[in-house]
Amino acid sequence: MSEDVLILGIESSCDETAAAVVRNGREVLSNVISSQIDLHTLFGGVVPEIASRKHIEKINQVIDQALADACVTLDDITAVAVTYGPGLVGALLVGVAQAKAIAWAKDLPLVGVHHIEGHVCANFIEHQELEPPFLCLIVSGGHTHLVIMKDYGEFEILGRTRDDAAGEAFDKVARAVGLGYPGGPKIDRAAREGNPHAIEFPRAHIEGAPYDFSFSGLKSAVLNYLNHAKMRGEEVSVPDLAASFQNAVVDALVSRAVMAAKEFGYRQIVLAGGVASNTALRRGLEEACRKENLAFCFPSPVYCTDNAAMIGAAGYYEYQKGVRSGWELNAVPNLKLGERAF
Amino acid sequence: MAKILAIESASLTASVAIADGEKLIAEYTLNDKKTHSQTLLPMIDEMISRTDTDKHSIDAIAISKGPGSFTGLRIGSATAKGLGQALGIPLIPVPTLDGMAYGLYGCAGLICPIMDARRNQVYTGIYRNQGAFQVVMEQCALDIGALLEKLNGLGEPVIFLGDGVPVQRERIQEELTVPVSFAPVHLNRQKAGAVAVLGAVYYEKGIVQTAAEHAPEYLRMSQAERELREKGVSLP
Repeated sequence: MSEDVLILGIESSCDETAAAVVRNGREVLSNVISSQIDLHTLFGGVVPEIASRKHIEKINQVIDQALADACVTLDDITAVAVTYGPGLVGALLVGVAQAKAIAWAKDLPLVGVHHIEGHVCANFIEHQELEPPFLCLIVSGGHTHLVIMKDYGEFEILGRTRDDAAGEAFDKVARAVGLGYPGGPKIDRAAREGNPHAIEFPRAHIEGAPYDFSFSGLKSAVLNYLNHAKMRGEEVSVPDLAASFQNAVVDALVSRAVMAAKEFGYRQIVLAGGVASNTALRRGLEEACRKENLAFCFPSPVYCTDNAAMIGAAGYYEYQKGVRSGWELNAVPNLKLGERAF
Repeated sequence: MAKILAIESASLTASVAIADGEKLIAEYTLNDKKTHSQTLLPMIDEMISRTDTDKHSIDAIAISKGPGSFTGLRIGSATAKGLGQALGIPLIPVPTLDGMAYGLYGCAGLICPIMDARRNQVYTGIYRNQGAFQVVMEQCALDIGALLEKLNGLGEPVIFLGDGVPVQRERIQEELTVPVSFAPVHLNRQKAGAVAVLGAVYYEKGIVQTAAEHAPEYLRMSQAERELREKGVSLP
């Protein structure tokens, strides 16, 4: 019998400092997340320099806690996996430098992990039977991708956003109607009281790229609607507006995912990314999948948010494939999906 | 005597060193364009393997704690924190300007390292290092005009070093009324050897931190925080 592979995952790409210990890619022994969200809320969004400063203050404690929670020491770890992109460069650099130093000091292999591939691999944690190939919709603050995970570490991108990511649109609309930061959960909550068909917002279709998304037009339509209402002195129902905007986003995401499943013959849709915990998106995909007789799979909220368990999961499969990063591993803020920059 | 690994990445210079008591075993310095993220750990790795140093024989990590480039400081700091965590050894925080001044010895008068902090400010400190190392003015962020006024007031010869020199050279020569000189190229930037040897002095005095406790000393708020405080918002 082969030995267990224990991966120490480290994640610091945005405003969460996280570390986790994952056994054999699927079993989470610990998952520690130190969120800075309260601090960034004061600024109305993530401030990169402040995020970087907080990461360096917290990273040792977060890693120590992850090891303690897993009842292991660094001597038990097989390899260190770290997010090296995409993300905020200053924030990424903290995790990358720390992970490199630990791996070097303990003579452990180092595996650089793509943050978004981590989000996809978050699904392996709670769905033991899930294996590639599968169709995956990735929706987060900075990314909106429709991809086929062909094999571990191999992705074919079917569609992506041409402008704003879905999460970005949520943040901008939330700010415009005074709901504040972070936009996703705030819109989600307000929308529960609203009518999703109260206002008909446009759904963008990109000529010749059926799987691409565009959310800047939708965002502008919402802002125009607000301006018109203001000029006419009309009161805007924030729940109705939030529900209608969210409905338009969900519609765009769900319709393309279902269309791709049919065209490429996948019997399952996998959801990933921070916005995957949005209740309307989950419900929308769930209903569409039921109607089309497709399986639907998504991570629990704790694995949707930025976390290191997903980095440990993705890192495990990279490690098994023999992927090794060198000591010159750098942060790559614009790392493309499926790309390896080391 | 303690064996100390030193890391200096506060500005464009990347420098690492190992010192063991009376001997500077190795020092490796790059003044190049590549980022510290790409150079620092490979430099440590090469230095350790070239000298057949057992990682586990290192007693402490001396880290140039700042001020300097925010990102540069964090790369060095996270590297030191990771090494300290994994090797189970303490960190010795060395003020960056102290380390720079420590690298010059035997100069008559004052030593004044200056790092360009933009907006006509410098990170600086004032030191003497003739016989004994003495901090005349602790490191701080200062308007260059205020620094020059202070030096004129002290009335002693001054030697400058650091990446603030090319930026402020003309102004220094115009406004200083005391004798002034500039350190030669091979002595005018940060060097980890000085951080290691000064770090050893601190280590003997027990001035150490755990790897978890350590964070860089920026001496400057982030822009966003400064703007928010100017609006009267209090931050945690």
